[in-house]
Amino acid sequence: MLDEKTATSLLEAGEEESQRRFGLSRREFLKFCAGLAGTLGLAAGSEIAIARAIETAKRPSVIWLHFQECTGCSESLLRAEHPTLEKLILEVISLDYHETLMAAAGDLAEKARKEAMAAHKGQYLLVVEGAIPTKDGGIYCKIGGHTAQELLAECAADAAAIIAVGSCASWGGMPSTVPSLPGWSSSPTGSAGVAEILGRPVVTIPGCPPNPYNFLATAVHFLTFGTLPATDQLGRPLFAYGRLIHENCERRAHFDAGRFAMAFGDEGHRQGYCLYKLGCKGPETYANCPTLGFGDVGESNWPVGCGHPCIGCTEKGVGFTKPIHTVAKMLNVAPPLHYPRISEEVGQGMSFASAAALAAIAGAAAGGAAMLARNLGLSHQAAEAQKAKQQTAETRAEV
Amino acid sequence: MNAHLKPAPVGGPLLNAVTLTAGVLVAVMLAIVAIRFIYGLGAVTHLNDGYPWGIWIAVDVVIGSAFACGGFSVALLVYIFNRGEYHPLVRPALLASLFGYTLAGVAVIIDLGRWWNVWNIFNPWTVNVHSVMFEVAICITAYIIVMWLEFAPTFFEKFGLTEAKRRLSKVMFLLVALGILLPMMHQSSLGTLLVVAGEQIHPLWQTPLLPALYLLTAIAMGYAVVLFESCLASAGYRRSIELHLLTPLAKVMLGVLLAYLIVRVGDVLVRGALPLAFSLSLEAFFFWLEMALFLLPFFLIGTEEQRRHPARLFLGGIALLLAASLLRLNSFLIAYQTVIGVDTVGVNYRYFPSLAEIMVTVGMFAIEVLGYIIITRRFPVLPRGEVHA
Repeated sequence: MLDEKTATSLLEAGEEESQRRFGLSRREFLKFCAGLAGTLGLAAGSEIAIARAIETAKRPSVIWLHFQECTGCSESLLRAEHPTLEKLILEVISLDYHETLMAAAGDLAEKARKEAMAAHKGQYLLVVEGAIPTKDGGIYCKIGGHTAQELLAECAADAAAIIAVGSCASWGGMPSTVPSLPGWSSSPTGSAGVAEILGRPVVTIPGCPPNPYNFLATAVHFLTFGTLPATDQLGRPLFAYGRLIHENCERRAHFDAGRFAMAFGDEGHRQGYCLYKLGCKGPETYANCPTLGFGDVGESNWPVGCGHPCIGCTEKGVGFTKPIHTVAKMLNVAPPLHYPRISEEVGQGMSFASAAALAAIAGAAAGGAAMLARNLGLSHQAAEAQKAKQQTAETRAEV
Repeated sequence: MNAHLKPAPVGGPLLNAVTLTAGVLVAVMLAIVAIRFIYGLGAVTHLNDGYPWGIWIAVDVVIGSAFACGGFSVALLVYIFNRGEYHPLVRPALLASLFGYTLAGVAVIIDLGRWWNVWNIFNPWTVNVHSVMFEVAICITAYIIVMWLEFAPTFFEKFGLTEAKRRLSKVMFLLVALGILLPMMHQSSLGTLLVVAGEQIHPLWQTPLLPALYLLTAIAMGYAVVLFESCLASAGYRRSIELHLLTPLAKVMLGVLLAYLIVRVGDVLVRGALPLAFSLSLEAFFFWLEMALFLLPFFLIGTEEQRRHPARLFLGGIALLLAASLLRLNSFLIAYQTVIGVDTVGVNYRYFPSLAEIMVTVGMFAIEVLGYIIITRRFPVLPRGEVHA
């Protein structure tokens, strides 16, 4: 972690700079850097490297392409509230081409892209959002007269690194879904992901939309270390997609205890039980949704957190493919050491032996007490009689 | 104090039909307890998740310690209300209390699922000072120690340790004060245990006044147990009965009982719980049984003439002991409604003690009887009295 001296100097050094560039206090800026380092699972101390890189490195040029998509990935990035992420993105990177955000339109926009590509040849970061249609020569998505396939090939040629953001760019996502009708073997537009089109692996940030911090952490890793983070065989950064949702799910204890919501709004659903039987795909979906809050509005703001089963949006072959309420396939089952009993023992009633024992004790006690009371009564009578006799004797003697 | 009232050992054989029977029952209990410690609570009890407390708590600890309030109640009368004439009753009452409380402490250990963690209660770093259970545990433990010290002069006299007795007598005032304070604290807290159980206790018993009800009945039980035990001792040892003490003591007991009944009935009325007593339910039946037993002493020993009759004193004492025991059994087990507040839908828990549980409870009382006989026969406890021919 930061030692006190470094922290103080960092805090004081760039106070005005932080305020001016990011609209953040220095402390907030450093907290943000530490948060990113934590998200990436980096060693203590790397938050300083991140802070320095964001401050001093020349802003990398970013070209952001949109194909078959809904712009949800961009929207979710812009909706991040703490800190105001769009400000940070725009200050950290030089976003030279982004169809939604750029002011330019038409030929001017395309000109800006070509100029940036020429100026930062071999150095710019290419971000792709959306699937690429391949059927009928790729005519289903065109920008400035060029198909998505052509644009991607042109931009990818001289890019330093490529990030496919969202499920559509990762493997085709929703547009690549094959209609469940006879005769269909591919999606109507033949949509595919970036890696498939380019024929080489790229870093993918799947999700519909993905958590903005997963994208930002990947971009900042590139900025800080000049490389993209380690990924799995599908190009997903391991820091974010290394574990199944099921492994860290806040409802996991209910799964282990066999407590399931069986229908929306039933008793178990209202009690927050496990959503596995409602079709939750957490057991076969790799993502950090349960551990990294989404949208900066609290930790329960993700599908499972608000009572809907996970649809597996980060997993090819699960999200947009398997029906939402089909029960998930268990990829790994790590049973607890002791399963709780499925049927709760509710206790047993009176047994013959215990009833007989109680009756015998009660009988013996009552009998004993009665005998004792009788004896006490008799001795009392005897004592009274004795007393009376004495009194008579005394009176007689007096007489 | 008259010289002939100075305590003396009763003497006589230790081996007779009563001690033999008690010994057999204790042996059976020890065997069951051994099984419990080797194979766990589930092997011998009918306890379950709905009823984590059975008769080992409700009877052995709660009723057992209330039976053991004789020492505290008589000490209250002698030392706080300065009624020195009752002093001869202190030692025998204290002896019964000593056994009752020590065994209650033992019963808690037997009933604890993970008894090996019990030391945490006494470790200042791990205690939870906001827990009712902690208060009960600490008070009972402290009281057991105080009581053994209070009773220690009996052993010192027997073994001729006059120096030790002299030293102890210097701090005896403090021990006596603690011996009155501590049981008042935890006898009421036993009621608080149920107050924190909230709606799980049937409304006929659930009231913020439960601690007061428990305390008042504990005091009354203390006098009742003295009546009971004095009659039993005089009948068993064929001694003359201390009627000159028991008759006024019974009146004190009735006074405390009256105070209890006013609080109890008033509370049920004010809370509006009375209509529930007229429903057709197990709880309503036991409520009326309990109330009837509480009223019985007034019919048995209500007049001065009746209070001079030893058999009536004996039965009156028993009636109150049964009533106050039933209050505890009712509120801890019969009024306990486990289905409320449990998140599992449709589970209706049941509990009835197993034969093994009953035999352990019987064994506990057998230990008390056995210990009482051995100590009164060999140690100076009971007032020296003329033995009947």
